[in-house]
Parts: sequence; structure tokens; C-alpha cells
Amino acid sequence: MARAVTTRRKSFNTALAWAVGLLIFFPILWTILTSFKTEAQAIASPPLFLNFNWTLENYAIVQERSDYMRFLWNSVIIAGGSTLLGVIVAVPAAWAMAFVPSKRTKDILLWMLSTKMLPAVGVLYPIYLLFIRLGLLDTRGGLVVVLMLINLPIIVWMLYTYFREIPGEILEAARMDGATLKEEILHILTPMAVPGIASTVLLNFILAWNEAFWTLNLTAVDAAPLTAFIASYSSPEGLFFAKLSAASTMAIAPILILGWFSQKQLVRGLTFGAVK
Amino acid sequence: MYLKNALRAATALTFVATAAAHAQSITIATVNNGDMIRMQGYTDKFTEATGIDVEWVTLEENVLRQRVTTDITTKGGQFDIMTIGMYETPIWGANDWLVPLDGMSAEYDVGDLLPAMAGGLSHEGTLYAAPFYGESSMIMYRTDLMEKAGLEMPEAPTWQFIREAAAAMTDRDNDINGICLRGKAGWGEGGAFITVTGNSFGARWFDENWKPQFDQPEWKEALTFFVDMMGESGPAGYATNGFNENLSLFQQGKCGMWIDATVAASFVTNPNDSTVADKVGFALAPNSEGVDKRANWLWAWALAIPAGTQQEDAAKQFIEWATSKDYIELVAENEGWANVPPGARTSLYENDNYKDIPFAQMTLKSILAADPQNCCAQPTPYTGIQFVAIPEFAGIATQVSQEFSAVYAGQQTVDEALAKAQAFTAEEMEAAGY
Repeated sequence: MARAVTTRRKSFNTALAWAVGLLIFFPILWTILTSFKTEAQAIASPPLFLNFNWTLENYAIVQERSDYMRFLWNSVIIAGGSTLLGVIVAVPAAWAMAFVPSKRTKDILLWMLSTKMLPAVGVLYPIYLLFIRLGLLDTRGGLVVVLMLINLPIIVWMLYTYFREIPGEILEAARMDGATLKEEILHILTPMAVPGIASTVLLNFILAWNEAFWTLNLTAVDAAPLTAFIASYSSPEGLFFAKLSAASTMAIAPILILGWFSQKQLVRGLTFGAVK
Repeated sequence: MYLKNALRAATALTFVATAAAHAQSITIATVNNGDMIRMQGYTDKFTEATGIDVEWVTLEENVLRQRVTTDITTKGGQFDIMTIGMYETPIWGANDWLVPLDGMSAEYDVGDLLPAMAGGLSHEGTLYAAPFYGESSMIMYRTDLMEKAGLEMPEAPTWQFIREAAAAMTDRDNDINGICLRGKAGWGEGGAFITVTGNSFGARWFDENWKPQFDQPEWKEALTFFVDMMGESGPAGYATNGFNENLSLFQQGKCGMWIDATVAASFVTNPNDSTVADKVGFALAPNSEGVDKRANWLWAWALAIPAGTQQEDAAKQFIEWATSKDYIELVAENEGWANVPPGARTSLYENDNYKDIPFAQMTLKSILAADPQNCCAQPTPYTGIQFVAIPEFAGIATQVSQEFSAVYAGQQTVDEALAKAQAFTAEEMEAAGY
């Protein structure tokens, strides 16, 4: 009897998980479907789900109008660069907070996180002026630095949480065996925290990939990433939903594929240390 | 020997000069709409003729506005040409942020620009942006539904007629709304529409002393009329409908009438996108009985050169090309007269080929009926019809339109919204030093 209840509960949980998953995925699915419709089909009422004439015309138009590869390359450099730089800066910071905490560590962590509460537009002008002075406008390097700084609090927080799960005694033992600080972080701590670092990298890569305030405001031609590519298909005066959907699908495809292949590491990292 | 070397040097210099000429490049920030995208497609012809490369930065309208405003106010120098509208041009021109477009060639024929457009894009008589296309607003209506209702649309109807016709055309069982209008918050969306509606009821934003006028009876009459009519004959949830939502409804045959930008005429009469393409008639935007101002606005997307650009001459060359009579001919030759950018040049409306386009003359009449220097039945201290050409307007009007949208959504009364609009606007204007 108990077994029957367990099976029923399991089935219910599975069904619930699928329902929630589909609900979350539905906007993406709808975007993908719309990208294969004509503009008239895209606004049809009642909406057409699968029974429409599938067309690749929107993709052809988007390809013809925009240099997709240039936007994609910029996205890869900006998201990858800012994530890598963020991790390089955050690992020592999180190490210090996790293993050599001071009385103010918690306050510092909270203060770092509180910087995320500032609306980005509030610092648009200072950052813009700084970029003009430094010649960083419309450069990938400038955006790498800005996005790294924006995501740094999250990276530090995540790494701090993972590092706290690692017993300090292991590091102490390494120190007693003569390991330097660099060796301790690189050869002892980092390998043990790989799942946590991997999920941090993935999450921040996704955040940087999707960032659409700074990437739109600080770029023009040379450094414009896929967010600018999507924005160029949005229009308040004219129905271009099918083309916009095609552009959106092309923009999210790389990150969807990356997420799909790395979902095991992502879930493992995100749930690392969740059950004690 | 010397001669040989001199020749080599001269050749090298020629190559360098040629390469430099080819390397000349301008960057243009623009909006994503049909006419602008079409222009991007013809840019190669400009490059072929001049050797000047063109880089495009295409953005959604609101993003573009924020982007170019940030750049011009900080002298960022990211763009050599900016696509801006009638709201920004006189303000930026007054601040010397734009290069005056004087000294255009005789062939360009500045005098051919529609006076309303040239006036709206000038400051103290100096043109600061060249109109690429212009628009007003007008009534687009279903001729079949109007006939079925036993009514005939006058060329210049009143709001009272429109309300009556909307009620007669409404067929809730068949999902047909008598009238579709913008209710979406935002100064350029529902804010623009309710402002011109107010104008046509004798209302104004400010009196001669910059005192807000939302506490005056004209505003109450206009807003009450709008809310009542939309309640009777408008679509459900119109508080969130903007241009695109109404375009979609009209194209699917779910609106008897739609009052909006003249540029929509080419969309609703395009058989590829519209199910009612052959059943659309046009009329001037309405006025309330006894008021000689109609609910039609005036807008232009125009090309301007930010002061401080290093490519002023190349930018001017591009603007001359893109807003010329020859460009209109080029588009007409390749894509037909219905697809040329409308509303910018007088000669277009004198062209026999263009006269045959069903909405052409009504577009021109609507543009000519709009006077940005004299928007309202009562005197005002400002220019602009659906906007007030002061820097503070965008922020104030966005807030006011949010209050009005809350009325459309049934969240507050007309009186409450007007009282809030009055208090907020008065406070902001006082803070701004008016």
C-alpha cells in the first residue's frame, strides 16, 4: 500500500514538474513557432499553434538584413570575457571570505549584493562619460569590464556559498604540507569546487549573454552583441513579430544549446551543499 | 631617377588618398520601420556614387530615443547622423546640439519640403533635421460596415458622429468593435492620442503662463467622452492597446474604425497582411462640434547631424541623398509608388502617379490640417500638437498618460485622474522653473 502511494506521488510530482517546465518553456516555444509563420499568421486570432504554413522566409530576411555572425561573436567575447574575468577576481575574494572571515565579512557580502539594487539607469551618465574619456565606447573590452562588475556580487556570493561547504581542515593540511597560497587555491580548493565554479560560470555567462541595458547603451557598430541584434527588429509602429521572433530564436539558440548540454553540471552545482 | 621616385611617391599618395576616400564611413542611428529598412537596402547606391560607407545602428523607437539622447548630451560622438522626431529637433537645435542644415544644394530644393514639416523641424527659422517621412493621423474605417450601418462617413466628421457610427458598427457577437483607439500608457502612445483628442475638444496642456489646464472643463469633457465611447464600442482591454495592437485588430477585421497614424494606411490596404484591404475608407480626424481644431497630429522622422561629428560633409551628403526627390523616384521605380516615403515633399502630392494611391490625398489633407505653431483652440505658450516642445514634457506626459490609462482600465475615475495630472504637472513645472 505504502509502495502504491509512493508511486502515485512520484507520478504526480513528475507530472507537476513537466507542467511547470512546459509553462516556463512556453514563451520560448511560442517564439520559435512564430518565427516560422508569416507576419499575418503571427497575429492571427485565434492563434495558430502548429496548423500553419511553415516558412523559413523570416530567417532568410534576417540573414540578409543583419550580419548575425558579427553580433554572435561579440556576444561570445563579451559574455565569455566578463565571466572569466569575474571568476578570476571572485575566487580569491570568496576564498578570503569563506576561510579567513572577519567580523565584517557578512556586512561586506550584503553590501556587495546591495549594489545590485541600484537601477542601472541611475549610473548611465557617469559610466557613459567615463567611457568617452577612456575611449571605451563601442568596445568589447569596455563591456567586458562593465558586465564583470555588474555580475561580480553574484559570482562572489555563489563561490562563497560553495567554498563554505569545503572543510577548512583540508586546506590547513595542504598548508602544513608546504603549499603556498596560490597552490592552495589553484590545486586544492579549485578542483574540489569545480561543480560550484562550473555552475557559477554558466549562470553568469547566461546573465551576461542576456544583459540588455549596458550592451544597448554602450555599443553602436563594432561591439554590438545579440541583444542589439534583437532590438533592431522590434518596432512600435509596424507588425514585424515573425521577423522579431526569428531574430530572437537565432539570438537564444547558442545559449539554449549550451544550457542543454551542461544542464547536469548546472543542476549539480546549483544544488551543491543544498542538503546537509 | 628623381622623376621615377617622384612618380612612385605620387602613385603611392594616390593609392593612400583613394583608400582613405573609400575608408570614409558614417554611422547612422535609426528606427526599425518599413521605410527606414527600405532605405538601408538602397544604401549601396549611395556608397557607389560617393565612396562613403554607411554603418547602420537600428533600434526600437524608445531605445533609440534614450541612446541618441545620452550620446548627444554627453557629446559621445557615436553617430554621424541621428534619426529624430519633431519633439527633439527644436529643443536640440535651440541648444546648438545639431548642425544647421543650411547650404543644401539647389537640386535638393529645400522649398519643396512640406511647410508643416520644415516648420516643425526648425528652430527660429533654421532647419535642423531633414524629414525622411512625415505623418499625421486620420480615420481609417470599414466601408462595408459603414454601409451596413446605414451611415455615410463625411470627409470631416465630428466626434459625435464617430460615436454614433461606432455604436452602430459594434457587433459584439461577431467580435467587431465599432472603434479602436490607443489607450496604452506612454507619451508617444496613448498620451499622444488623448492629447490630440483634448485639442479637438478645446483643451490645452498649458495656458499662456505655463499653468496646467487639467482642471478645466474641456479636459473633463474630452476624457469623459473618450472613456464613455470606448466603453460602448471599443475593444476589451483597450487600456493596453497601442499602435501595433490596434493595427492587428483592424487587419483582422475586428474594428469598424481606427484613428491613428496615416502611415498605417499602407499596412491596412496591403492584401498580404490585411483581411480587409479592399474595404478601407479614409477621413479626416474628428473634432467636437463647435471646435475648429481636429484630433490629428503631426510627426516626422527626420535625419539630423549631431554637432561635433567628424564627418559633417559626408553626413550632409547622405541626408541630401536620402531625403531627395531622386530617392523617392528610386523607391517608386523599384517598389511602386505606394511604398515611397510619404509626407515630406510637396512635389510628391503633385505627382500624377502618386495621386492614384487611395490614401495619398487624405494623408496630405491631414498633414495640412495640422499646425504645430497653433495646436489648440485657446492660446498656448508652446509649439507641438501631440506634444509640448519642452524637455520636461516626455517625463510629465508619461506619468499623466499612466493616470489616464488607469481610468481606461477602470482603476480610477476621470475626476481622480485629472486631479492627479493637474497636481503632478504643476509640481514638475514649478520644479523646472516655469
